[in-house]
Amino acid sequence: MATASLETRENRRAWGFVTPALLWTVAFFVIPFIVMAAISLATRKGREIVMAWNFDNYIEFFEKAHLLKGLFVSLEITFTVTIISVILAYPLAWIIAERVPQKWQRMALIMAILPFWTSYVVRSYSWLLVLAQNGVINNTLVYLGVISEPLELASTRTATVIGFVHFFVMLLTLTIYANLVQMPPNYRRAAADLGANGFQVFWHVVLPLTLPGIMVGAFLTFVLCIGDYITPQILGGNNELALPQVIMLQLGRRADFPMAATLSIILMVVVTMAYIACARWLKMERT
Amino acid sequence: MISSRFSKLLSWSYLAALYGFIFLPVAVLVLFSFQDGRLPVPPFNGATLKWYGEVFSDGRLMSALGNSLMVALGSATVACVLGFCAAYGLARFVLPASRLQRGLLIAPMTVSYLIIALGLLTTFNWLGISLSLWTVGIGHVVINLPLCFAIIYASMGNHQKNIERAARDLGAAEWQVMTQVSAPMLMPSILAAFFLSVTFSWDEFIIAFLLSRFDVTLPVEIWSMLRSGLNPKTNAVGSVVFLVSVALLLILELIVFRRTAKK
Repeated sequence: MATASLETRENRRAWGFVTPALLWTVAFFVIPFIVMAAISLATRKGREIVMAWNFDNYIEFFEKAHLLKGLFVSLEITFTVTIISVILAYPLAWIIAERVPQKWQRMALIMAILPFWTSYVVRSYSWLLVLAQNGVINNTLVYLGVISEPLELASTRTATVIGFVHFFVMLLTLTIYANLVQMPPNYRRAAADLGANGFQVFWHVVLPLTLPGIMVGAFLTFVLCIGDYITPQILGGNNELALPQVIMLQLGRRADFPMAATLSIILMVVVTMAYIACARWLKMERT
Repeated sequence: MISSRFSKLLSWSYLAALYGFIFLPVAVLVLFSFQDGRLPVPPFNGATLKWYGEVFSDGRLMSALGNSLMVALGSATVACVLGFCAAYGLARFVLPASRLQRGLLIAPMTVSYLIIALGLLTTFNWLGISLSLWTVGIGHVVINLPLCFAIIYASMGNHQKNIERAARDLGAAEWQVMTQVSAPMLMPSILAAFFLSVTFSWDEFIIAFLLSRFDVTLPVEIWSMLRSGLNPKTNAVGSVVFLVSVALLLILELIVFRRTAKK
Protein backbone atom coordinates (compact mmCIF):
# COMPACT_ATOMS: atom_id res chain seq x y z
CA MET A 1 0.00 0.00 0.00
CA ALA A 2 2.69 2.41 1.06
CA THR A 3 4.73 1.78 -2.08
CA ALA A 4 1.63 2.10 -4.24
CA SER A 5 0.83 5.53 -2.87
CA LEU A 6 4.46 6.51 -3.25
CA GLU A 7 4.30 5.39 -6.84
CA THR A 8 1.18 7.38 -7.60
CA ARG A 9 2.78 10.43 -6.04
CA GLU A 10 5.88 9.90 -8.16
CA ASN A 11 3.67 9.45 -11.16
CA ARG A 12 1.72 12.60 -10.51
CA ARG A 13 4.97 14.50 -10.20
CA ALA A 14 6.24 13.07 -13.50
CA TRP A 15 3.04 14.07 -15.24
CA GLY A 16 3.53 17.55 -13.84
CA PHE A 17 6.83 17.82 -15.73
CA VAL A 18 5.57 16.49 -19.03
CA THR A 19 2.06 17.93 -19.16
CA PRO A 20 2.87 21.60 -20.00
CA ALA A 21 4.84 20.63 -23.12
CA LEU A 22 2.19 18.11 -24.14
CA LEU A 23 -0.57 20.67 -23.64
CA TRP A 24 1.30 23.22 -25.75
CA THR A 25 1.77 20.71 -28.55
CA VAL A 26 -1.86 19.61 -28.44
CA ALA A 27 -3.27 23.15 -28.20
CA PHE A 28 -1.09 24.79 -30.83
CA PHE A 29 -0.20 21.92 -33.13
CA VAL A 30 -2.69 19.03 -32.97
CA ILE A 31 -5.90 21.04 -32.59
CA PRO A 32 -4.96 23.58 -35.30
CA PHE A 33 -4.26 20.68 -37.57
CA ILE A 34 -7.69 19.19 -36.88
CA VAL A 35 -9.31 22.60 -37.41
CA MET A 36 -7.48 22.94 -40.71
CA ALA A 37 -8.56 19.46 -41.80
CA ALA A 38 -12.17 20.36 -40.93
CA ILE A 39 -11.96 23.68 -42.82
CA SER A 40 -10.70 21.81 -45.88
CA LEU A 41 -14.14 20.16 -45.99
CA ALA A 42 -15.90 23.54 -46.00
CA THR A 43 -16.77 25.81 -48.92
CA ARG A 44 -16.44 29.51 -49.41
CA LYS A 45 -19.61 31.38 -50.18
CA GLY A 46 -18.73 35.00 -50.90
CA ARG A 47 -16.84 36.11 -47.81
CA GLU A 48 -18.39 33.46 -45.55
CA ILE A 49 -17.00 30.01 -44.87
CA VAL A 50 -19.78 27.44 -44.78
CA MET A 51 -19.19 24.04 -43.22
CA ALA A 52 -20.38 21.75 -45.97
CA TRP A 53 -18.55 18.57 -44.88
CA ASN A 54 -17.84 17.41 -48.39
CA PHE A 55 -14.77 16.67 -50.47
CA ASP A 56 -15.51 19.25 -53.16
CA ASN A 57 -12.20 21.04 -52.62
CA TYR A 58 -10.23 17.83 -53.08
CA ILE A 59 -12.19 17.02 -56.24
CA GLU A 60 -11.61 20.56 -57.47
CA PHE A 61 -7.87 20.13 -56.89
CA PHE A 62 -7.73 17.19 -59.29
CA GLU A 63 -9.96 18.90 -61.83
CA LYS A 64 -8.35 22.32 -62.02
CA ALA A 65 -5.17 22.26 -64.01
CA HIS A 66 -3.52 25.27 -62.36
CA LEU A 67 -3.84 23.71 -58.89
CA LEU A 68 -2.65 20.25 -59.90
CA LYS A 69 0.20 21.80 -61.86
CA GLY A 70 1.47 23.39 -58.63
CA LEU A 71 2.05 19.95 -57.17
CA PHE A 72 3.87 18.73 -60.27
CA VAL A 73 6.04 21.84 -60.46
CA SER A 74 6.93 21.36 -56.79
CA LEU A 75 7.74 17.68 -57.27
CA GLU A 76 9.89 18.36 -60.34
CA ILE A 77 11.81 21.13 -58.59
CA THR A 78 12.25 19.03 -55.45
CA PHE A 79 13.59 15.97 -57.28
CA THR A 80 15.95 18.07 -59.42
CA VAL A 81 17.25 19.91 -56.34
CA THR A 82 17.69 16.73 -54.30
CA ILE A 83 19.67 14.94 -57.01
CA ILE A 84 21.93 17.90 -57.88
CA SER A 85 22.56 18.64 -54.18
CA VAL A 86 23.61 15.06 -53.40
CA ILE A 87 25.93 14.97 -56.42
CA LEU A 88 27.58 18.27 -55.42
CA ALA A 89 27.68 17.68 -51.66
CA TYR A 90 29.12 14.16 -51.63
CA PRO A 91 32.57 15.05 -53.03
CA LEU A 92 32.71 18.11 -50.79
CA ALA A 93 31.98 16.05 -47.66
CA TRP A 94 34.49 13.45 -48.80
CA ILE A 95 37.23 16.01 -49.41
CA ILE A 96 36.65 17.61 -46.01
CA ALA A 97 36.70 14.21 -44.29
CA GLU A 98 39.67 12.77 -46.20
CA ARG A 99 41.86 15.51 -47.60
CA VAL A 100 41.59 18.33 -45.10
CA PRO A 101 43.97 17.85 -42.15
CA GLN A 102 42.20 16.70 -39.00
CA LYS A 103 42.63 19.89 -37.01
CA TRP A 104 41.18 22.02 -39.82
CA GLN A 105 38.17 19.78 -40.45
CA ARG A 106 35.85 21.39 -37.95
CA MET A 107 36.79 24.81 -39.29
CA ALA A 108 36.29 23.65 -42.90
CA LEU A 109 32.86 22.29 -42.01
CA ILE A 110 31.80 25.45 -40.21
CA MET A 111 32.93 27.47 -43.23
CA ALA A 112 31.00 25.20 -45.59
CA ILE A 113 27.76 25.85 -43.73
CA LEU A 114 28.30 29.44 -42.63
CA PRO A 115 25.87 31.06 -45.12
CA PHE A 116 23.33 28.57 -43.80
CA TRP A 117 22.86 31.08 -41.02
CA THR A 118 21.93 34.06 -43.17
CA SER A 119 18.29 34.86 -42.88
CA TYR A 120 16.38 32.73 -45.36
CA VAL A 121 14.78 35.77 -46.99
CA VAL A 122 18.14 37.51 -47.29
CA ARG A 123 19.77 34.44 -48.83
CA SER A 124 17.23 34.28 -51.64
CA TYR A 125 17.52 38.02 -52.16
CA SER A 126 21.30 37.79 -52.45
CA TRP A 127 20.94 35.22 -55.23
CA LEU A 128 18.76 37.77 -56.95
CA LEU A 129 21.72 40.18 -56.83
CA VAL A 130 23.79 37.57 -58.64
CA LEU A 131 21.22 36.43 -61.18
CA ALA A 132 19.18 39.56 -61.98
CA GLN A 133 19.06 41.25 -65.41
CA ASN A 134 21.64 43.79 -64.25
CA GLY A 135 23.10 41.45 -61.63
CA VAL A 136 26.68 40.36 -61.06
CA ILE A 137 26.75 37.56 -63.64
CA ASN A 138 25.05 39.46 -66.45
CA ASN A 139 26.97 42.68 -65.89
CA THR A 140 30.29 40.83 -65.73
CA LEU A 141 29.58 38.81 -68.87
CA VAL A 142 28.45 41.89 -70.80
CA TYR A 143 31.47 43.85 -69.57
CA LEU A 144 33.80 41.06 -70.71
CA GLY A 145 32.05 40.98 -74.07
CA VAL A 146 31.00 37.32 -73.76
CA ILE A 147 27.37 38.21 -74.36
CA SER A 148 25.74 41.32 -75.76
CA GLU A 149 22.28 40.93 -74.26
CA PRO A 150 21.77 40.00 -70.59
CA LEU A 151 20.63 36.43 -70.02
CA GLU A 152 17.22 35.66 -68.55
CA LEU A 153 18.38 34.08 -65.30
CA ALA A 154 16.12 35.43 -62.55
CA SER A 155 12.40 34.60 -62.51
CA THR A 156 13.03 31.19 -63.99
CA ARG A 157 12.97 27.68 -62.63
CA THR A 158 16.76 27.59 -62.99
CA ALA A 159 17.03 30.43 -60.48
CA THR A 160 14.77 28.60 -58.03
CA VAL A 161 16.84 25.44 -58.39
CA ILE A 162 20.13 27.34 -57.90
CA GLY A 163 18.80 29.01 -54.76
CA PHE A 164 17.62 25.71 -53.33
CA VAL A 165 20.77 23.78 -54.28
CA HIS A 166 22.86 26.43 -52.52
CA PHE A 167 20.95 25.81 -49.30
CA PHE A 168 20.80 22.02 -49.49
CA VAL A 169 24.41 21.45 -50.51
CA MET A 170 25.28 22.84 -47.09
CA LEU A 171 22.77 20.60 -45.34
CA LEU A 172 23.78 17.43 -47.20
CA THR A 173 27.47 18.10 -46.71
CA LEU A 174 26.77 18.01 -42.98
CA THR A 175 24.83 14.73 -42.94
CA ILE A 176 27.16 12.93 -45.36
CA TYR A 177 30.27 14.16 -43.52
CA ALA A 178 28.83 12.80 -40.25
CA ASN A 179 28.53 9.39 -41.89
CA LEU A 180 31.96 9.47 -43.49
CA VAL A 181 33.86 10.20 -40.28
CA GLN A 182 31.98 7.48 -38.41
CA MET A 183 33.16 4.86 -40.88
CA PRO A 184 36.12 2.85 -39.52
CA PRO A 185 39.12 3.19 -41.87
CA ASN A 186 39.86 -0.55 -41.57
CA TYR A 187 36.94 -1.40 -43.82
CA ARG A 188 38.49 0.37 -46.75
CA ARG A 189 41.94 -0.96 -45.96
CA ALA A 190 40.54 -4.50 -45.81
CA ALA A 191 38.82 -4.09 -49.17
CA ALA A 192 42.00 -2.69 -50.71
CA ASP A 193 44.06 -5.56 -49.25
CA LEU A 194 41.65 -8.01 -50.83
CA GLY A 195 42.43 -6.45 -54.21
CA ALA A 196 39.72 -3.89 -54.79
CA ASN A 197 40.76 -0.84 -56.76
CA GLY A 198 39.88 2.69 -55.71
CA PHE A 199 36.60 2.74 -57.57
CA GLN A 200 35.53 -0.68 -56.27
CA VAL A 201 36.30 0.33 -52.68
CA PHE A 202 34.13 3.39 -53.13
CA TRP A 203 31.30 1.64 -54.93
CA HIS A 204 31.07 -1.52 -52.79
CA VAL A 205 32.20 -0.27 -49.37
CA VAL A 206 32.14 3.50 -48.88
CA LEU A 207 28.95 4.35 -50.76
CA PRO A 208 26.72 1.70 -49.14
CA LEU A 209 27.99 2.68 -45.68
CA THR A 210 27.22 6.34 -46.27
CA LEU A 211 23.82 5.74 -47.88
CA PRO A 212 21.97 6.34 -44.59
CA GLY A 213 23.52 9.82 -44.38
CA ILE A 214 22.54 10.51 -47.98
CA MET A 215 19.01 9.29 -47.36
CA VAL A 216 18.53 11.34 -44.19
CA GLY A 217 19.85 14.45 -45.96
CA ALA A 218 17.80 13.75 -49.08
CA PHE A 219 14.68 13.30 -46.99
CA LEU A 220 15.27 16.60 -45.18
CA THR A 221 15.88 18.23 -48.56
CA PHE A 222 12.63 16.81 -49.89
CA VAL A 223 10.56 17.96 -46.91
CA LEU A 224 12.05 21.45 -46.65
CA CYS A 225 12.15 22.03 -50.41
CA ILE A 226 8.61 20.98 -51.24
CA GLY A 227 7.14 23.05 -48.41
CA ASP A 228 9.07 26.23 -49.07
CA TYR A 229 7.47 29.43 -50.27
CA ILE A 230 10.28 31.98 -50.07
CA THR A 231 12.81 30.72 -52.62
CA PRO A 232 10.38 30.05 -55.48
CA GLN A 233 8.57 33.32 -54.77
CA ILE A 234 11.69 35.52 -54.78
CA LEU A 235 13.75 33.70 -57.42
CA GLY A 236 11.20 31.89 -59.56
CA GLY A 237 8.87 34.79 -60.08
CA ASN A 238 5.29 34.19 -61.13
CA ASN A 239 5.84 32.27 -64.35
CA GLU A 240 5.10 28.87 -62.87
CA LEU A 241 3.90 28.48 -59.31
CA ALA A 242 5.05 25.84 -56.85
CA LEU A 243 2.48 24.38 -54.47
CA PRO A 244 3.29 26.66 -51.50
CA GLN A 245 2.94 29.66 -53.81
CA VAL A 246 -0.46 28.38 -54.91
CA ILE A 247 -1.45 28.01 -51.24
CA MET A 248 -0.35 31.55 -50.42
CA LEU A 249 -2.20 32.83 -53.49
CA GLN A 250 -5.45 31.23 -52.31
CA LEU A 251 -4.93 32.90 -48.98
CA GLY A 252 -3.65 36.31 -49.97
CA ARG A 253 -5.58 37.26 -53.04
CA ARG A 254 -8.76 35.25 -52.60
CA ALA A 255 -8.97 34.68 -48.81
CA ASP A 256 -10.04 31.14 -49.72
CA PHE A 257 -9.22 29.39 -46.45
CA PRO A 258 -10.90 26.08 -47.36
CA MET A 259 -8.88 25.70 -50.56
CA ALA A 260 -5.63 26.72 -48.83
CA ALA A 261 -6.32 24.14 -46.12
CA THR A 262 -7.05 21.46 -48.72
CA LEU A 263 -3.80 22.16 -50.54
CA SER A 264 -1.88 22.05 -47.24
CA ILE A 265 -3.37 18.66 -46.36
CA ILE A 266 -2.36 17.39 -49.81
CA LEU A 267 1.14 18.75 -49.28
CA MET A 268 1.29 16.94 -45.97
CA VAL A 269 0.11 13.67 -47.48
CA VAL A 270 2.90 13.87 -50.07
CA VAL A 271 5.51 14.48 -47.35
CA THR A 272 4.12 11.63 -45.23
CA MET A 273 4.36 9.28 -48.19
CA ALA A 274 7.98 10.29 -48.70
CA TYR A 275 8.61 9.71 -44.99
CA ILE A 276 7.08 6.21 -45.09
CA ALA A 277 9.11 5.32 -48.18
CA CYS A 278 12.28 6.60 -46.54
CA ALA A 279 11.66 4.85 -43.20
CA ARG A 280 10.88 1.57 -44.90
CA TRP A 281 14.00 1.84 -47.00
CA LEU A 282 16.20 2.54 -43.97
CA LYS A 283 14.68 -0.41 -42.11
CA MET A 284 15.26 -2.68 -45.08
CA GLU A 285 18.83 -1.52 -45.20
CA ARG A 286 19.38 -2.44 -41.56
CA THR A 287 18.01 -5.98 -41.72
CA MET B 1 52.69 9.57 -58.16
CA ILE B 2 51.55 11.94 -60.88
CA SER B 3 48.00 10.60 -60.62
CA SER B 4 47.96 11.12 -56.86
CA ARG B 5 49.18 14.67 -57.31
CA PHE B 6 46.53 15.18 -59.98
CA SER B 7 43.77 13.86 -57.73
CA LYS B 8 45.00 16.12 -54.95
CA LEU B 9 44.85 19.12 -57.28
CA LEU B 10 41.40 18.05 -58.39
CA SER B 11 40.16 17.83 -54.79
CA TRP B 12 41.48 21.25 -53.86
CA SER B 13 39.99 22.83 -56.99
CA TYR B 14 36.65 21.22 -56.25
CA LEU B 15 36.80 22.44 -52.67
CA ALA B 16 37.61 25.97 -53.85
CA ALA B 17 34.87 25.89 -56.50
CA LEU B 18 32.17 24.79 -54.06
CA TYR B 19 33.27 27.25 -51.39
CA GLY B 20 33.06 29.88 -54.12
CA PHE B 21 29.52 28.78 -54.94
CA ILE B 22 28.53 28.74 -51.27
CA PHE B 23 30.00 32.16 -50.49
CA LEU B 24 29.21 33.96 -53.77
CA PRO B 25 25.80 35.38 -52.82
CA VAL B 26 26.86 36.35 -49.29
CA ALA B 27 30.03 38.02 -50.57
CA VAL B 28 28.02 39.97 -53.15
CA LEU B 29 25.50 40.93 -50.49
CA VAL B 30 28.11 42.30 -48.09
CA LEU B 31 30.27 43.94 -50.77
CA PHE B 32 27.43 45.86 -52.38
CA SER B 33 26.05 46.97 -49.05
CA PHE B 34 28.96 49.46 -49.24
CA GLN B 35 28.00 50.52 -52.78
CA ASP B 36 28.19 54.26 -53.36
CA GLY B 37 25.20 54.56 -55.66
CA ARG B 38 21.58 53.58 -55.99
CA LEU B 39 22.02 50.04 -57.34
CA PRO B 40 23.79 47.12 -55.63
CA VAL B 41 25.23 45.80 -58.90
CA PRO B 42 28.61 46.01 -60.64
CA PRO B 43 30.55 48.11 -61.32
CA PHE B 44 31.45 48.82 -57.71
CA ASN B 45 31.51 52.62 -57.40
CA GLY B 46 33.41 52.92 -54.16
CA ALA B 47 32.74 52.40 -50.49
CA THR B 48 30.29 54.26 -48.31
CA LEU B 49 28.65 53.59 -44.96
CA LYS B 50 25.61 55.63 -45.98
CA TRP B 51 23.29 52.62 -46.28
CA TYR B 52 24.16 51.35 -42.81
CA GLY B 53 23.39 54.83 -41.52
CA GLU B 54 19.99 54.67 -43.23
CA VAL B 55 19.30 51.25 -41.78
CA PHE B 56 20.01 52.35 -38.23
CA SER B 57 17.99 55.55 -38.59
CA ASP B 58 14.99 53.73 -40.09
CA GLY B 59 12.37 53.61 -37.34
CA ARG B 60 10.36 50.78 -38.90
CA LEU B 61 13.42 48.60 -39.33
CA MET B 62 14.64 49.26 -35.81
CA SER B 63 11.27 48.45 -34.26
CA ALA B 64 11.11 45.27 -36.39
CA LEU B 65 14.57 44.40 -35.08
CA GLY B 66 13.39 44.95 -31.51
CA ASN B 67 10.31 42.79 -32.15
CA SER B 68 12.48 40.04 -33.62
CA LEU B 69 14.77 40.03 -30.61
CA MET B 70 11.83 39.99 -28.20
CA VAL B 71 10.06 37.13 -29.96
CA ALA B 72 13.29 35.15 -30.41
CA LEU B 73 14.39 35.44 -26.77
CA GLY B 74 10.88 34.93 -25.40
CA SER B 75 9.93 31.94 -27.51
CA ALA B 76 13.35 30.31 -27.04
CA THR B 77 13.04 30.66 -23.26
CA VAL B 78 9.54 29.16 -23.18
CA ALA B 79 10.54 26.35 -25.55
CA CYS B 80 13.63 25.57 -23.45
CA VAL B 81 11.77 25.48 -20.13
CA LEU B 82 8.94 23.34 -21.51
CA GLY B 83 11.41 21.11 -23.35
CA PHE B 84 13.65 20.66 -20.31
CA CYS B 85 10.73 19.77 -18.01
CA ALA B 86 9.32 17.29 -20.51
CA ALA B 87 12.74 15.71 -21.09
CA TYR B 88 13.29 15.45 -17.32
CA GLY B 89 9.87 13.87 -16.78
CA LEU B 90 10.24 11.36 -19.59
CA ALA B 91 13.87 10.44 -18.93
CA ARG B 92 13.68 10.10 -15.15
CA PHE B 93 10.23 8.60 -14.50
CA VAL B 94 8.33 5.67 -15.89
CA LEU B 95 5.23 6.97 -17.60
CA PRO B 96 2.57 5.14 -19.60
CA ALA B 97 2.71 5.51 -23.36
CA SER B 98 6.04 7.34 -23.11
CA ARG B 99 6.92 6.45 -26.70
CA LEU B 100 3.71 8.03 -27.90
CA GLN B 101 4.39 11.12 -25.80
CA ARG B 102 7.89 11.46 -27.24
CA GLY B 103 6.48 11.01 -30.75
CA LEU B 104 3.89 13.70 -30.14
CA LEU B 105 6.47 16.15 -28.83
CA ILE B 106 8.76 15.58 -31.83
CA ALA B 107 5.94 15.59 -34.41
CA PRO B 108 5.95 19.33 -35.30
CA MET B 109 9.53 18.90 -36.56
CA THR B 110 8.32 16.78 -39.47
CA VAL B 111 5.70 19.24 -40.67
CA SER B 112 6.41 22.16 -42.99
CA TYR B 113 6.35 25.57 -41.28
CA LEU B 114 3.81 26.75 -43.81
CA ILE B 115 1.34 24.12 -42.63
CA ILE B 116 1.96 24.90 -38.94
CA ALA B 117 1.39 28.58 -39.68
CA LEU B 118 -1.77 27.92 -41.69
CA GLY B 119 -3.20 25.67 -39.01
CA LEU B 120 -2.62 28.31 -36.36
CA LEU B 121 -3.97 31.06 -38.60
CA THR B 122 -7.22 29.18 -39.34
CA THR B 123 -7.62 28.36 -35.63
CA PHE B 124 -6.99 31.93 -34.44
CA ASN B 125 -9.35 33.17 -37.14
CA TRP B 126 -12.02 30.73 -36.08
CA LEU B 127 -11.65 31.66 -32.40
CA GLY B 128 -11.59 35.36 -33.22
CA ILE B 129 -8.14 35.87 -31.69
CA SER B 130 -6.44 38.85 -33.31
CA LEU B 131 -2.90 38.53 -34.62
CA SER B 132 0.04 40.08 -32.76
CA LEU B 133 3.59 39.38 -31.68
CA TRP B 134 2.10 36.95 -29.15
CA THR B 135 0.66 34.77 -31.88
CA VAL B 136 4.01 34.81 -33.68
CA GLY B 137 5.71 33.79 -30.42
CA ILE B 138 3.26 30.93 -29.91
CA GLY B 139 4.05 29.67 -33.41
CA HIS B 140 7.79 29.90 -32.77
CA VAL B 141 7.49 27.88 -29.56
CA VAL B 142 5.67 25.19 -31.56
CA ILE B 143 8.61 24.85 -33.96
CA ASN B 144 11.35 25.16 -31.31
CA LEU B 145 9.88 22.93 -28.60
CA PRO B 146 10.59 19.65 -30.47
CA LEU B 147 14.17 20.80 -31.05
CA CYS B 148 14.76 21.73 -27.39
CA PHE B 149 13.12 18.55 -26.15
CA ALA B 150 15.14 16.35 -28.53
CA ILE B 151 18.49 17.97 -27.74
CA ILE B 152 18.02 17.95 -23.96
CA TYR B 153 16.43 14.49 -23.85
CA ALA B 154 19.32 13.03 -25.85
CA SER B 155 21.86 14.34 -23.34
CA MET B 156 20.12 12.94 -20.23
CA GLY B 157 22.41 9.99 -19.67
CA ASN B 158 22.44 7.42 -16.89
CA HIS B 159 25.50 8.68 -15.07
CA GLN B 160 23.63 11.89 -14.26
CA LYS B 161 20.79 9.75 -12.97
CA ASN B 162 23.09 8.37 -10.26
CA ILE B 163 24.20 11.84 -9.22
CA GLU B 164 20.57 12.89 -9.00
CA ARG B 165 19.78 9.82 -6.90
CA ALA B 166 22.65 10.71 -4.58
CA ALA B 167 21.28 14.24 -4.23
CA ARG B 168 17.85 12.83 -3.42
CA ASP B 169 19.33 10.44 -0.84
CA LEU B 170 21.06 13.38 0.78
CA GLY B 171 17.65 14.96 1.26
CA ALA B 172 17.20 17.28 -1.71
CA ALA B 173 13.63 17.92 -2.79
CA GLU B 174 12.68 17.21 -6.37
CA TRP B 175 12.77 20.84 -7.45
CA GLN B 176 16.20 21.22 -5.83
CA VAL B 177 17.48 18.18 -7.68
CA MET B 178 16.14 19.58 -10.89
CA THR B 179 17.36 23.16 -10.59
CA GLN B 180 20.59 22.63 -8.64
CA VAL B 181 21.81 19.28 -9.93
CA SER B 182 20.28 18.33 -13.29
CA ALA B 183 20.05 21.73 -14.91
CA PRO B 184 23.70 22.72 -14.23
CA MET B 185 24.93 19.31 -15.40
CA LEU B 186 22.95 19.62 -18.61
CA MET B 187 23.79 23.30 -19.13
CA PRO B 188 25.75 22.79 -22.39
CA SER B 189 22.85 21.12 -24.13
CA ILE B 190 20.32 23.52 -22.62
CA LEU B 191 22.38 26.45 -23.92
CA ALA B 192 22.76 24.78 -27.31
CA ALA B 193 18.98 24.30 -27.50
CA PHE B 194 18.43 27.90 -26.42
CA PHE B 195 20.82 29.49 -28.94
CA LEU B 196 19.62 27.30 -31.79
CA SER B 197 16.04 28.27 -30.98
CA VAL B 198 17.00 31.94 -30.91
CA THR B 199 18.62 31.74 -34.36
CA PHE B 200 15.70 29.75 -35.80
CA SER B 201 13.15 32.20 -34.48
CA TRP B 202 15.29 35.18 -35.52
CA ASP B 203 15.39 33.90 -39.11
CA GLU B 204 11.91 32.50 -39.38
CA PHE B 205 9.70 34.11 -42.01
CA ILE B 206 6.52 32.28 -42.94
CA ILE B 207 5.02 31.93 -39.43
CA ALA B 208 5.91 35.53 -38.60
CA PHE B 209 4.43 36.65 -41.93
CA LEU B 210 1.11 34.85 -41.55
CA LEU B 211 0.61 35.34 -37.81
CA SER B 212 1.46 39.04 -37.44
CA ARG B 213 -0.41 42.11 -38.52
CA PHE B 214 0.98 45.48 -37.40
CA ASP B 215 4.02 44.57 -35.32
CA VAL B 216 6.24 42.63 -37.68
CA THR B 217 9.60 40.91 -37.20
CA LEU B 218 12.73 41.71 -39.17
CA PRO B 219 12.43 39.03 -41.90
CA VAL B 220 8.87 40.22 -42.64
CA GLU B 221 10.03 43.84 -42.83
CA ILE B 222 12.86 42.82 -45.17
CA TRP B 223 10.32 40.94 -47.27
CA SER B 224 8.33 44.10 -47.77
CA MET B 225 11.52 46.01 -48.62
CA LEU B 226 12.12 43.54 -51.47
CA ARG B 227 9.13 44.95 -53.32
CA SER B 228 11.12 48.07 -54.14
CA GLY B 229 13.63 45.98 -56.09
CA LEU B 230 17.39 45.75 -55.65
CA ASN B 231 18.62 48.34 -53.20
CA PRO B 232 21.88 48.78 -51.25
CA LYS B 233 19.86 49.43 -48.10
CA THR B 234 18.41 45.92 -48.29
CA ASN B 235 21.98 44.67 -48.66
CA ALA B 236 22.99 46.57 -45.56
CA VAL B 237 20.18 45.21 -43.42
CA GLY B 238 20.81 41.70 -44.80
CA SER B 239 24.48 41.98 -43.84
CA VAL B 240 23.53 43.05 -40.32
CA VAL B 241 21.21 40.04 -39.95
CA PHE B 242 23.96 37.75 -41.21
CA LEU B 243 26.48 39.19 -38.75
CA VAL B 244 24.09 38.69 -35.81
CA SER B 245 23.50 35.06 -36.78
CA VAL B 246 27.22 34.40 -37.18
CA ALA B 247 27.88 36.04 -33.82
CA LEU B 248 25.31 33.76 -32.17
CA LEU B 249 26.87 30.77 -33.88
CA LEU B 250 30.33 31.78 -32.68
CA ILE B 251 29.05 32.11 -29.11
CA LEU B 252 27.55 28.64 -29.41
CA GLU B 253 30.80 27.23 -30.82
CA LEU B 254 33.14 28.93 -28.34
CA ILE B 255 31.15 28.66 -25.12
CA VAL B 256 29.06 25.54 -25.53
CA PHE B 257 30.73 23.10 -27.90
CA ARG B 258 34.32 23.95 -26.96
CA ARG B 259 33.43 23.26 -23.34
CA THR B 260 31.70 19.96 -24.04
CA ALA B 261 34.60 18.91 -26.26
CA LYS B 262 37.04 19.50 -23.41
CA LYS B 263 35.09 17.40 -20.93
